Amino acid sequence: MGKIKDIHNQLLNKEISAVELIKEYLANLKVSENKLGTYLAITEEKAIADALAIDKKISNGESIGLLAGIPMGIKDNISTKGIITTCGSKILENYKPVYNATVVNKLYHEGGIILGKCNMDEFAMGSSSENSAYKLVRNPWDIDRVPGGSSGGSAATVGAEEVVFSLGSDTGGSIRQPAGFCGVAGMKPTYGRVSRYGLIAYASSLDQIGPIAKNVEDCAIVHDIISGYDKMDSTSANMPSTKSLDNINRDIKGLRIGVPKEYFGGDEKVLKTLKKALAKFEEMGAIVEETSLPHTEYALPAYYIIASAEASSNLARFDGVRYGARDFDQNDVTDMMSVTRDKFFGKEVKKRIMIGTYALSAGYYDAYYLKALKVRTLLKRDFDEAFKKYDVLITPVAPTLPFKIGENIKDSITMYLGDICTVTINLVGIPGIAIPCGFADGLPVGMQILGKPFSEELLFNVAHRFEQNNDFHLRKPEVK
Amino acid sequence: MSITKKDIIHVADLARLGLNDEETIKYEKELNDVLNFMEKLNELNTDDVEPTSHVLDIHNVFRSDVVEDSLDVEDVLANAPDRDEDYFKVPSIL
Amino acid sequence: MNNKYEVVIGLEVHVELKTATKIFCGCKTTFGGDPNTHVCPICLGLPGVLPVVNEKVVEYGVRTGLAINAKVPNYSKFDRKNYYYPDLTKNFQTSQFDLPICENGYLDIEVDGVVKRIGITRAHMEEDAGKLVHSGKTISSSNSSNVDYNRVGVPLLEIVSEPDIRSSEEAKAYVEALKMILTYIDVSDCKMEEGSIRADANVSIRLIGAKEFGTRTETKNLNSLKALQKAIEYEVERQTEVIEDGGVIEQETRTWDDEQGITLSMRSKADAHDYRYFPEPDLPPIILTDEYIDNIRRLLPELPEARKKRLIEMDSLSVYDANLVIAEKFLADFYDEVRKSIDDPKLIVNYLMGDYYRELVAVGLDFSSSPVSTKDFSELLKLLQEKTISGKIAKEIIPLMVKDGKSPKVIVEEKGLVQISDTGAIEAIIAEVVAANPKAVDDYKNGKGNSIGFLVGQVMKASKGKANPGIVNELLKSVLDK
Ligand SMILES: [Mg+2]
Ligand SMILES: [Zn+2]
Repeated sequence: MGKIKDIHNQLLNKEISAVELIKEYLANLKVSENKLGTYLAITEEKAIADALAIDKKISNGESIGLLAGIPMGIKDNISTKGIITTCGSKILENYKPVYNATVVNKLYHEGGIILGKCNMDEFAMGSSSENSAYKLVRNPWDIDRVPGGSSGGSAATVGAEEVVFSLGSDTGGSIRQPAGFCGVAGMKPTYGRVSRYGLIAYASSLDQIGPIAKNVEDCAIVHDIISGYDKMDSTSANMPSTKSLDNINRDIKGLRIGVPKEYFGGDEKVLKTLKKALAKFEEMGAIVEETSLPHTEYALPAYYIIASAEASSNLARFDGVRYGARDFDQNDVTDMMSVTRDKFFGKEVKKRIMIGTYALSAGYYDAYYLKALKVRTLLKRDFDEAFKKYDVLITPVAPTLPFKIGENIKDSITMYLGDICTVTINLVGIPGIAIPCGFADGLPVGMQILGKPFSEELLFNVAHRFEQNNDFHLRKPEVK
Repeated sequence: MSITKKDIIHVADLARLGLNDEETIKYEKELNDVLNFMEKLNELNTDDVEPTSHVLDIHNVFRSDVVEDSLDVEDVLANAPDRDEDYFKVPSIL
Repeated sequence: MNNKYEVVIGLEVHVELKTATKIFCGCKTTFGGDPNTHVCPICLGLPGVLPVVNEKVVEYGVRTGLAINAKVPNYSKFDRKNYYYPDLTKNFQTSQFDLPICENGYLDIEVDGVVKRIGITRAHMEEDAGKLVHSGKTISSSNSSNVDYNRVGVPLLEIVSEPDIRSSEEAKAYVEALKMILTYIDVSDCKMEEGSIRADANVSIRLIGAKEFGTRTETKNLNSLKALQKAIEYEVERQTEVIEDGGVIEQETRTWDDEQGITLSMRSKADAHDYRYFPEPDLPPIILTDEYIDNIRRLLPELPEARKKRLIEMDSLSVYDANLVIAEKFLADFYDEVRKSIDDPKLIVNYLMGDYYRELVAVGLDFSSSPVSTKDFSELLKLLQEKTISGKIAKEIIPLMVKDGKSPKVIVEEKGLVQISDTGAIEAIIAEVVAANPKAVDDYKNGKGNSIGFLVGQVMKASKGKANPGIVNELLKSVLDK
């Protein structure tokens, strides 16, 4: 499997053509996708046309972008002009956007070639990709297990090397947890670092788009390209894009690593792997200390209130009037909306809409939504304190190894508890990267590295240095 | 707090979700479970805590009042489930 | 109405701001246009889009706040108001809930010479909705409706009054005063016929002397002053009847049916109002510095009340005349401009509101659409003051000015309308007239003083109206008294 820079050089040196490369990837993808369920749409024709254009540029001696000819997958909740974008939902079954998300324009501008739209939990609500309305996604390391979610398709497709990188979105762990489960690198940037314009909103104050790649360097390259101020997104931070590659090799001797004890209550196998990784960091000259984020246990309920409340409003627009599915048997517009929404939204989506609507309704706002926003402030303070002492914090990505398909789906609370290590990070808006830090029972174990707002460059540096000391990112699953 | 069947019907109505009886019963139980789980927040005294709606400390993000191109009407209606000439068409409004 | 009861009215007035683009996107706000042609992914609420606030909307909000004597807080934010209706594209309206752009203002209104202060609770920024076109005669008799989203996202300012209004006349006066201010500060066209200003009326009645308010009804979308007044009057009558018959008023939303002249219940479900407001996560808060606010305050034009005071005190206009002049900002500005070169305020008002206004009405124009410039209008008054023309000639000239926008001087020259002030020429005409009307001359000499009027008229007629009437009078007298 190629790295972005290697492929780039091979193209420039005419060792391969973009068309050859893309055709090879597409051939692999079609075989592998059948087993994994990673895609909701494959854009073969466009991919080959785009590759042809790249080859033409190269033969004309024109300059090409760093991502020219590089195959990529885009999560299906990111708007792609002319390419069906369903959000994993039946309510958008035939929806063809008329505009591109800002990140998609940025990737296209660098020559990235889209192979398809990655499968996901419906409207990004889920932690296992079992909530896709179309088909489930399987973990490339063990197809009886989940790939995590909601960006399960985006993580599994990179894990199985169907593409070089993908985009996911992360509202409560939806990039990091699947990246951890699939043994790849996934970055959830600081809130405001990457434009959300064109990301079909789940919870607006928590959502961020981020890159998923097989190795930290590629992840950093994509992050450098998609980050930066966007005037179309009012919550976009007015900062230039990151230049992570410049510092990715910096020595981490003396790096102060905090290890919040509240995050270490999960599966023994996960914890053991994490502890080994922390020992590695000490070996590399970092200072590792235990610390505390005392309000951690309140993060999950606060998260589910805020996310559901915002979702109940964000998903109100899917009403059968302007786009998407409609139930045509109703004579009255109110009935049409109600039946359409009941019929074409999945169970988990409806449940969160119900929770969110209830939490915002008259008489309950203060008890739920406002309360959760206040708890968010307390969580933020926890992190502000911790970052006074530490450059980064390290935790597991999830309390367990990738679980069996069907194992948690029946019990919401158990499923929600799986997000315990990731949701807080969205509530406080800081960046976090997940990378593999070892294997247990043949399954990858993910490590999460957290930093202050806008410290992505440091996080890529730390992750990259760690990666240099192992071969976890080089292992390839045998999909069977 | 405990959520009743009446609450469920009211909330479903607010959210435009036409639930059937079976679903109503199912949601009554599931929502109670989730809301009980959320009750945990009441352990915390937050009287003097300011809420955080936006994690990013930014304000006054404005655009200037300059006209930009609108969409072609065919793009506006490209995904319309039903249309009448250049209008979106909806069933009767009662 | 039954005089046992007192009427309590609060108005929510929605004003469309005259920005070039919508509140959250770059689509134009122009009225009309083919259906769904002023629409982009953002105002269409397509999945994934985000709003960005138009800075002009904030500026206009602040300007309005200052003009209605309100407080403009330093911190303000947007919220989502959630409800389902097909004229919304997101099924929530981005509006302001607990921290609006301005609060605690007031307006003074005048009804039957009595000045009264009406409190203004708040004014907040929000987006307009689209337009529903029904296939049948009424909403409920239609099998389907068509939706045009051109108006979605047009910026609105919702101005909410205190329940200080006590009659339909006061309500009308309040909306008129508001309209006047909004046009003065140039934030809205206030064209009721295009829906750029419309009111919702909260009406209740209570026994005179009662402390508690009665249950109120809200009548939506009253888009003319007439409809506003009639709807209020209808509601008062209806509510009185219900109460007198021992019934209770239900808190509900009603709609005004112009054809039938009645209000109708719109929503039957009592609990339908649960808008689930929460802070708009896609829009950061607005923080306005005192400097920014003061700057807008400094640039505020002279407001109608101040202007009226000036016209009465400095120009010695009557209250009646001053009210006429300030009624429209364009007219008041016109007056001020003319006033720079004409030192006779009363003359200006007489011509503006007299012959000139009558001619405008006759040809279907108004002050702002007339081609007559302040320069030409001043020139006309100067010609009168210098007695180059008579009032009668002015009457002839004005229609030509309005018709072609020609300067009065040019008209006077072209038509040879200059007034004759040459005594020799006038004396010759007088001699003719005296010779031709011996009876009138005798009458005068026999003490019938008023017959001189007839003779003056004959002289004016013979001069084709060009003789200077003052001189004619003088000379005629001296001839007859000889
Ligand atoms: Mg309103
Ligand atoms: Zn627009």
